[in-house]
Amino acid sequence: MNKAIAIRMLNLTKSFGDNIAVDNLNLEIEKGELFGLVGPDGAGKTTIMRLLTAVMGPTSGKAWVAGHSIAQEGERIKEKIGYMSQRFGLYEDLTVMENIFFYADLYEVPQSERPQRIERLLGFSNLTPFKDRLAGKLSGGMKQKLGLACALIHTPEVLFLDEPTNGVDPVSRRDFWRILYDLLKEEVTIFVSTAYLDEAERCGRIGLIHKGRILIEDSPAIVKNSLGYPMIEVWVEDSRAALEAVRGVDGVRSVNLYGDRLHATLESPDISRRVVERLGDSGIKISSLREITPSIEDIFLSQVEGR
Amino acid sequence: MFERIKQMIIKEFIQVFRDRRMIAIVFLTPIMQLLAFGYAVTTDVNNISTAIYDLDKSYESRELVRRLKSSGYFDIRYVAQSPDEIRELLDRGKIATALQIDRGFSSDLKNRRQTEVQILVDGTDSNTATVAMDYANRVIIKYTKDMERQRVEPVRIDLRTRAWYNPDLRSKNYNVPGVIAIVIMLTCLLLTSMAVVREREIGTMEQLMVTPLKPIELMLGKTIPFAIIGFFDVFLVTMVGIFWFDIPIKGPIQLMPLATAIYLFSVLGIGLFISTISRTQQQAMMATFLFYIPAVLLSGFMFPIENMPEIIQYGTYINPLRYFLIIIRGIFLKGNGLDILWPQMGSLFVLGVVVIAISALRFRKRIS
Repeated sequence: MNKAIAIRMLNLTKSFGDNIAVDNLNLEIEKGELFGLVGPDGAGKTTIMRLLTAVMGPTSGKAWVAGHSIAQEGERIKEKIGYMSQRFGLYEDLTVMENIFFYADLYEVPQSERPQRIERLLGFSNLTPFKDRLAGKLSGGMKQKLGLACALIHTPEVLFLDEPTNGVDPVSRRDFWRILYDLLKEEVTIFVSTAYLDEAERCGRIGLIHKGRILIEDSPAIVKNSLGYPMIEVWVEDSRAALEAVRGVDGVRSVNLYGDRLHATLESPDISRRVVERLGDSGIKISSLREITPSIEDIFLSQVEGR
Repeated sequence: MFERIKQMIIKEFIQVFRDRRMIAIVFLTPIMQLLAFGYAVTTDVNNISTAIYDLDKSYESRELVRRLKSSGYFDIRYVAQSPDEIRELLDRGKIATALQIDRGFSSDLKNRRQTEVQILVDGTDSNTATVAMDYANRVIIKYTKDMERQRVEPVRIDLRTRAWYNPDLRSKNYNVPGVIAIVIMLTCLLLTSMAVVREREIGTMEQLMVTPLKPIELMLGKTIPFAIIGFFDVFLVTMVGIFWFDIPIKGPIQLMPLATAIYLFSVLGIGLFISTISRTQQQAMMATFLFYIPAVLLSGFMFPIENMPEIIQYGTYINPLRYFLIIIRGIFLKGNGLDILWPQMGSLFVLGVVVIAISALRFRKRIS
């Protein structure tokens, strides 16, 4: 096995009865990568996390994390990974330091290394002033950072983050991602799942997942250009009526509604003239129309529709 | 491994002692319960409210009433004037017992004729009714004997009863050790089952599962703290029992720690089992009480097991409380040692091992 591969999945499948949660997944994630698993709730993100963290066994297929098989060497994997979930998995009735010490003990972090590690973790998470505060009394963003600090106490090789910023305010989210970028400099592999498509753009590589299958997987830039067709954004007054009107235009592959605007995928750029004409005929006023690079959301929707 | 278990235990103690309500639950409620139950859970029958309907109105009838009164068990509250009044008093629950002395009572006695008095008892509470009848009987028999003694002196067998182990027949002596056993059971069951479920509820269980913490370490880390607390509670309530309620200790008190340890083994095992079938703390609490109430009722705590239907009697063999009650009462009241109590201790130990094993298996399966 190549040493530079941090996570490798081979036909990884997990089903619960008739329900296939993870469907024949093949994926390799290199050491030091920030990989984002992007998809809606129920797509199978958490199940993949559980399989890779050796909490749950696969129905079939194999996977290796940090060079260890998830099926046979779960205990070894647990020593080398950090994990943080959307639910704040720390003790609210313990202080910040007590939480950190508790996880340091569970991971058997040597006493000699603790002071400097803890100081560093508290430093980057800006938790130093709150050392003795009860975890339950921290704000959502700070809780999340404390969770991350605890997940990093044993300097894991691979960090799994299951929707880590769910329900966290935008400023804290930005802080959180800044910390993740700092970690990347230290060659930590980060495997993050998210339902936020704007967060997906921050990843080095993403995989769009739907119903247990990876639809497309590459860097966010390449994923966004994977459509192969031009896309226009049209701002209109009556977007619902406009949606119906544009749908009927010849050469329009798909249309999606985003509030007051439509995103339409066209066979070729000149189709946009037909769109303008049709909207004019229907008496719908266009505020603006321009060609855009599709967002990850567009790609996701077009991929889901394409199936 | 031991380091991690130790840290789990320390964490658990920090959590318990940080929460004032938990401190109260752990240390105050067992004592309060013992104090309350110690006084309230009594089968002694005192101050039976009584009405007298005396139609004879003679020296003899008054003497009988006086004896009834001075026995200390009867509280004569009403002197009725008619049978209807008696009925009325019983109906309204104003009295539990009525004594009716018919006209001719004294003349019958004087003429050495067979005579009758009637005792009416409110049988709703069968226990009190039986005891009241028994007391009244004793008073009347004694009275009859004394009356006879004044005349001829027939040779008769003189029956003398003596109660062993609890000569004063204080029900407290019998009940307080039992209360110790049930109070500890409830505290430990609740603490164990809720502590595990709480981890699941707040999401820390999910976090623990991705650490190198092994299921067995988690299990021990979650039971040992409550075993220690359970031990301390037994000590605490035993002290209250001895020094407040004056419960005699006839037997080797040094056997208590061993008996407690074996008992807690099963109780914590059951607590752990409840945690594997409960998703939320409310469910854990419900399940605890669903187990606890039958366990107490079918343990011999209040109702003798020998009086239960055979099939239920077999069921009580899987009730740890059954064994511990015999052990604790044996030690306190009968002065039994290991030589007599070993079958109970052994059975309780085997039961504990089985319960712990089943719970551990379920626990492992449940968390992975």
